[in-house]
Amino acid sequence: MSSTFDTIANIIAETCDIPRDTIKPESHAIDDLGIDSLDFLDIAFAIDKAFGIKLPLEQWTQEVNDGKATTEQYFVLKNLSARIDELVAAKGA
Amino acid sequence: MRLEYFQLIDRVVELNLADRTIRSEATVPTHSTIFEGHFPGHPLMPGVLLVEAMAQTCGWLVLATTSFGRMAFLASVKEAKFRTFVRPGQVLKISARLEHEGSGFAVARAEINSDDKSICDAGLTFRVIDFPNSEMRQKMRQTAIGIGLSSEALADG
Repeated sequence: MSSTFDTIANIIAETCDIPRDTIKPESHAIDDLGIDSLDFLDIAFAIDKAFGIKLPLEQWTQEVNDGKATTEQYFVLKNLSARIDELVAAKGA
Repeated sequence: MRLEYFQLIDRVVELNLADRTIRSEATVPTHSTIFEGHFPGHPLMPGVLLVEAMAQTCGWLVLATTSFGRMAFLASVKEAKFRTFVRPGQVLKISARLEHEGSGFAVARAEINSDDKSICDAGLTFRVIDFPNSEMRQKMRQTAIGIGLSSEALADG
């Protein structure tokens, strides 16, 4: 998980010009780091490329809007890392 | 190119859905009120309209990849470079490649050439969402037919 977190933290730091040392596993991408939906497209693009996956952003957004999930489940970085690991594992299965 | 309708593309000359590429052409009008202001005595095609020509070409490519199931809205333009002036009457050849199809977004690169010279290029990101209404989808399909987008791209009816 740590390597996944490091990769996405580096992507966020570079994409959004956020100091790398302020990006923690507990950081919420939206609430703590102030990343908006447009910037998140760039991050999703970089994550998709780096891990060879397709983050299901539309599905996640729908689940949050429907009250079936919280933003924390997808946008707190340690949780995002876990979701990415799941997607990578599913791809390799 | 019908600037008054914001139709920057005259025709699609090649669409390759397997390679996710498209080529289009457009002729800059010889007369337009735009040239009275940009610039007086020195008419030039505005760079923002060149970006729009690239965006529309990419947009048709995105629509074609979804069989007109979804609409592309321009979200960001990166590293747009304008290398050469474009004058009234010039024929533009626009090409684009879809680099990535994400969940609800698409990333493309596009460039414009004219007389074998590089005019401009940029990276463009689009939000890809359901059509806001069926009328818009129908109008976009009609426009697509008018600019020669292949029947393959319109396959799902």
